[in-house]
Amino acid sequence: MSKPIKQIHLAAHFPGVNNTTVWSDPAAGSHIEFSSFAHLAQTAERAKFDFLFLAEGLRLREQSGKIYDLDVVGRPDTFTVLAALAAVTDRLGLAGTINSTFNEPYEVARQFASLDHLSTGRAAWNVVTSWDAYTGENFRRGGYLAQDDRYSRAEQFMRTTWELFDSWHEGDIVADKQSGQFLSHPDVGAFSHHDAHFDIAGQFSVPRSPQGRPVIFQAGDSEQGREFAAATADAIFSRHSTFDDGQAFYADVKRRLTRYGRRSEQLLILPAATFTLGDTDADAAELAHEVRLQQVSGQTAINFLEQLWNRDLSAYDPDGPLPDIDPELGEPKIARGTARARQFTDRLATAAEWRAIAESKKLSIRELMIELTGRQSFVGSASTIAEQINRFVQADASDGFILVPHITPGGLDGFADRVVPLLQEQGVFRTEYEGSTLRDHLGLSRPESGRASAERAAS
Amino acid sequence: MPVPTPPLHLAVALDGAGWHPAAWREPTARPTELLHARYWADLAAEAERGLLDFITLEDSLGLQAAPLTESDQRTDQVRGRLDAVLVAARIAPLTRHLGLIPTAIVTHTEPFHLSKAIATLDYVSSGRAGLQVKVSARADEAALFGRRTIAPIKLAELQQPAVQVLIEELFSEATDYVEVLRRLWDSWEDDAEIRDFAPGRFVDRNKLHYIDFEGSRFSVKGPSITPRPPQGQPIVSALAHQSRPFELVATSADVGYVTPRDAAHAAEIVNEIRTRQDAAGRSEEAVHVFGDLVVFLDEIEAAAVARKKRLDETAGTEYTSDALIFTGSPSQLADLLLDWQRAGLTGFRLRPGALPDDLESITRLLVPELQRRGAFRTEYEAATLRGNLGLPRPTNRYAAA
Repeated sequence: MSKPIKQIHLAAHFPGVNNTTVWSDPAAGSHIEFSSFAHLAQTAERAKFDFLFLAEGLRLREQSGKIYDLDVVGRPDTFTVLAALAAVTDRLGLAGTINSTFNEPYEVARQFASLDHLSTGRAAWNVVTSWDAYTGENFRRGGYLAQDDRYSRAEQFMRTTWELFDSWHEGDIVADKQSGQFLSHPDVGAFSHHDAHFDIAGQFSVPRSPQGRPVIFQAGDSEQGREFAAATADAIFSRHSTFDDGQAFYADVKRRLTRYGRRSEQLLILPAATFTLGDTDADAAELAHEVRLQQVSGQTAINFLEQLWNRDLSAYDPDGPLPDIDPELGEPKIARGTARARQFTDRLATAAEWRAIAESKKLSIRELMIELTGRQSFVGSASTIAEQINRFVQADASDGFILVPHITPGGLDGFADRVVPLLQEQGVFRTEYEGSTLRDHLGLSRPESGRASAERAAS
Repeated sequence: MPVPTPPLHLAVALDGAGWHPAAWREPTARPTELLHARYWADLAAEAERGLLDFITLEDSLGLQAAPLTESDQRTDQVRGRLDAVLVAARIAPLTRHLGLIPTAIVTHTEPFHLSKAIATLDYVSSGRAGLQVKVSARADEAALFGRRTIAPIKLAELQQPAVQVLIEELFSEATDYVEVLRRLWDSWEDDAEIRDFAPGRFVDRNKLHYIDFEGSRFSVKGPSITPRPPQGQPIVSALAHQSRPFELVATSADVGYVTPRDAAHAAEIVNEIRTRQDAAGRSEEAVHVFGDLVVFLDEIEAAAVARKKRLDETAGTEYTSDALIFTGSPSQLADLLLDWQRAGLTGFRLRPGALPDDLESITRLLVPELQRRGAFRTEYEAATLRGNLGLPRPTNRYAAA
């Protein structure tokens, strides 16, 4: 029996505060005005996308003690802009990245439950965690977490919000004008949670929302992160966007699901992907090269190199060879507020690798950085891109993609107009929304509330 | 010749099905829709049709309770609500002129988050955002966050020294909190985003500022992640009943809501706030003092009285409030508002007893009555909330002179 044809899931990532986003293009609009967010969201909804995705960073990035000014800087508050987008869209899911370190579970649960009500069931939460004292300087509790506490706090945070989401049940609100009974019983929303991280109790103030709880996204990639996602997430925002790497990651994570009694379709793998669309494949390739040059200026290349070298390289010529001095070891001190700087575990080995590539291909610093930070997943004509995306999904390299346009706000327009119709013709992407909630779009069931599951267990 | 009085400013405070605890049982009430965006959008549209300056949206961290200091176990009143900032954001794109002032609790929450949330509300509303700051002295609300313990208090114990110490602590924190909000709003200069292609710089980093706030409850480094909002400084407002909150209004707010018993009392309160405002060095700044009133408003007084009586009977007790309860006709209310305005109040925030009835009476009966007397606008003057309140867009505290 042949494998059934999978339906593709697609999402739009609002262009981020990194060098993927090309702000210097004449077509580039505001990154803060609501009209830009509305444009991207409405384009995504016109194309029947599953959801819009917002990233988050809670302190402006710095390099060498100065605010990083080469990329887009500044963004709105995630919850607030998503709530406003709920007013200008009807079906599109609204996914926000919210940090579990710089928030409290009660407040985050309140905000997501409110967003889910206000969007009639379209809220999603990308749960991220961090532990840097640098970002913590903007918050009451600071940011530092001891190594052992990092995952446990994130996990307890999320599980605590679930207790809150599940604390109200269907039918708790009666609102019978005749009898005068508003609540079915006085203990609505009662919860009590005590662990090493959170010691809270009381009554949750937001009644159960249309989706029960928001759809949960995770982005963790470590062994612990994959296990956590397999146990608790509805979808993974993955970095594994190449074919082979994607297949390996997909198989690894889906294999873990059985341990938690979950089926393959209960956890979607959605890598981030960029695209460059041209009239022909050749046009697209040329355009992609131009975009790369815009994304990696000489200064940007030097800054990237400093993140690995962990020292000031401002005297080096970006069009010249790599530095002959070695990286400085120890804690990252050049770049702050960015995840990239933490990715390098063995700086000397990575530097040796980079030197080898540069030598064999005869690349300057800037050329090397263009080569290494190449984040262009799909380059080609509409039919090439549609074909590639479908190949990835049918071959289990992913369940779909979170597309990252490089121009705000019109960067998705061409994809919506030219690629989506081809996917629809092939019968691998919806032509109409079948349901009204994000869970419906993603094929996820609605979680039971605590009482419903307790009653089921008792019967 | 009488000196013409300046036009009144008029706002409404929205809470659940209205401020009377039995309001949700009225024939026109929509108690099953209180968690739906459509309900709030309809109320906002009605307020905007009446050319009101703004609406406020009530909120609390914990479940609503009849006693203000502790939770109760009632099942006969509206319970459960949505985050007010998000409700305001949800209705912002559906309105064009109306100011949107959600309540935000400044006791357990993060000033950094709230600052960018209100800045973003200002963006999504194109300059119509504000907030009503509110402290939480409730022991049960402290337990929802679990970060500090607050001993249970009763309203009757308000004058006891321990309670006064707590109040001083909460308001002092609130003052710090507002300071952080304001500094973060100013932490980007208006022209910080330069998009200079030649050297490839998106922002001029000299126009982004650390706020370096250090206080006893929190320290915040800054700058904000959100650029300076359209109004520069969104409107900060607070409800105040006694000297300590009056001080907060005088030092930190743009609008204070007060609850006078009569015109003489209103004059006394305004005088106290103005004195404190001068002492805080803000005599040059416009600070609005709005009178809060609960209103049961019908075309004829007898109808309003009968309706209020019916609501009280349904509730089983006579409704009481921190604010004066007005029951009567539009011309009686207009008389009262103009009388209190002469005592120094610059506007009013009316709390509709029942929704949508009393809101519609305000927009369709009271507003025309005030317009006939030349005491209320006949069209919006400005595109921003500051503009409609007659407040200038403030210069940035960090901008080089």
